[in-house]
Amino acid sequence: MTKMRALFAGAAVALSLGAVPLAALQPARAAEGIAPPALEWPQAGPFGVFDRPALQRGYQVYKEVCAACHSMRLLSYRNLQDIGFSEDQVKAIAAQDQVAVIDDNGDAATRPGLPSDPFHSPFPNENAARASNGGALPPDLSLMAKARKDGTNYLAALLTGFSEPPADVKMADGKYYNEYFPGHQIGMPPPLTADQVTYEDGTAATVPQMAHDVATFLSWAAEPKLEERKRLGLKVMAFLAVLSVLTYLCYRRVRRRVQGH
Amino acid sequence: MSGSTLPTNNKAIKWFDERLPLLSLLRDSLVIYPAPRNLNYWWSFGSLAGFMLVAQLVTGIMLAMHYTPHVTLAFTSVEHIMRDVNYGWLLRYAHANGASMFFIVVYIHIFRGLYYGSYKAPREVLWWLGVIILLLMMATAFMGYVLPWGQMSYWGATVITNLFSAIPKLGEAIVTLLWGGPSVANPTLNRFYSLHYLLPFVIVGVVILHLWALHTSKSNNPLGIDIKGEQDMIPFHPYYTVKDLFGICVFLMFYAYWVFFNPNGLGEPDNYIEANILVTPQHIVPEWYFLPFYAILRAIPSKLFGVLAMISAIIVLFFLPWLDRSKVRSARFRPVYRQAFWIFAVDCVILGVVGANPPEGHWVLIGRLATLYYFTHFLVIVPVISIFEKTLPLPDSIAKAVLGGPAKH
Repeated sequence: MTKMRALFAGAAVALSLGAVPLAALQPARAAEGIAPPALEWPQAGPFGVFDRPALQRGYQVYKEVCAACHSMRLLSYRNLQDIGFSEDQVKAIAAQDQVAVIDDNGDAATRPGLPSDPFHSPFPNENAARASNGGALPPDLSLMAKARKDGTNYLAALLTGFSEPPADVKMADGKYYNEYFPGHQIGMPPPLTADQVTYEDGTAATVPQMAHDVATFLSWAAEPKLEERKRLGLKVMAFLAVLSVLTYLCYRRVRRRVQGH
Repeated sequence: MSGSTLPTNNKAIKWFDERLPLLSLLRDSLVIYPAPRNLNYWWSFGSLAGFMLVAQLVTGIMLAMHYTPHVTLAFTSVEHIMRDVNYGWLLRYAHANGASMFFIVVYIHIFRGLYYGSYKAPREVLWWLGVIILLLMMATAFMGYVLPWGQMSYWGATVITNLFSAIPKLGEAIVTLLWGGPSVANPTLNRFYSLHYLLPFVIVGVVILHLWALHTSKSNNPLGIDIKGEQDMIPFHPYYTVKDLFGICVFLMFYAYWVFFNPNGLGEPDNYIEANILVTPQHIVPEWYFLPFYAILRAIPSKLFGVLAMISAIIVLFFLPWLDRSKVRSARFRPVYRQAFWIFAVDCVILGVVGANPPEGHWVLIGRLATLYYFTHFLVIVPVISIFEKTLPLPDSIAKAVLGGPAKH
């Protein structure tokens, strides 16, 4: 009996030594790039809401810079009303696009875009996209902020993470060194330069500012119901907290009838 | 199933109940069902599991109204649910996180059974039915994860279905049957969708058998001793309905935290990339609730024996009622088994961590030791303890232990 206890104590010690790497719950992914610095995002936390001006500036950066190569096929122009554009503004934005249609005679034609149309894609198909980008495919950005670990921070870091490669790194042809990209060699040339866009609200268009704004925009694009979700979540939590107290009081009261509880 | 026992003066209800004693059945199992008076909060996880099953059915059926099971449309249709369907984001996040919640609840339910010896006579069949439910849940969850047709859906499906090719002679044929063709493709998605919709109803059927077996042999209790008479019992309603309701409210807050404030915290970012047969993700990892089994699979450097070990990890549970020979059920009176239980619980957590990490470096050794311990626990430690352990004296009755003397009413 005592021998057995000792045996188990030994086994417990051995196992808890094995449990030390429990701290390493997150899989090691050093090979995939450096963890991006954690920035402050107003949409984070239980009360988080998006910064509307940043969203609109971010859309401007996407439209004037990123959209040259990257599609956002899951978004429609009508969605832009959610980030503070008026109905008329959305109509005007959509009308700048020309949408391919088949007319009444069965001939290929175009018409101005409508709010219900999806965002214009820069390339008609994957082959065309690859052919224009040295064989690399610029990924669709609709879900990018959720498709990477710590996506919003990652996007802001990636867009500001370009530098000259260290002396010991041999770059492949047509690749650019980026500290935060897995493997550090990215097909995308540094997309942002200072004052590349002119913000209507007068914000200085520095590279970190544009990266921050477009990361905010992509964060919204990937999770457009974030604000609705958190608002409802707070109500649900408050409701459940009250209901838990009430059911607990009920339980105590009912249980008073039987002894031992 | 017995005849009408419903005390009612309503002639219409009486007429119906005499012809089909449905209300009597419901009353017998949910109202007057005599339960031990000393059940603690760990017993709330049984009804919680039932609640999660219903939650998954309701959200799942509504998701199915908007989802399209085709490889070219599945991913987009899920995003359509997230963006355009009214409260679609809520349905999908509740369902995806609901699977995790269901497994948390069921794992706690199983460990409660292990701690208090709920698998022992006369509850062996009840225990078996529980293990069958676990197997069905695993199959359902695995196929459900494939439906959004993201990168992890596709590659997870490829890896897991490929395991069947380890079966000698029949392996390849079985894999082709699972795929519905030469690789994971549209027929695979279609049959997984069909089966993902079917299996939950099979689970409902086995849950009914599970409850039938429970109500035949009655609930175990924290003391692990038999019910000896009226003084040991209280009716399920209102004493446990109100307690379980409180438990559900508290658990719902935990569930709501994930759904509303961290909905992707338990998922893999890779599954927000549409399935691409040309690009393999750097690490293919299953959902967290499969990680211990994934670790066991990878601990063995042979595909066939890895698969056998993984399956055996569940199958061994069927034999537990005979591997544990101790007549005392509750670990409260089994000082040595109690320690073995906690070491085993830690071992399962270690296996989970190993499963989340790539099989490299020290993880390989830790995974192998933890796998060895998993089986040693069931096949050696538990049987040996049950033969040599000196158990503590059991109380005479539940009522005596709870009330500190003979029942006063």
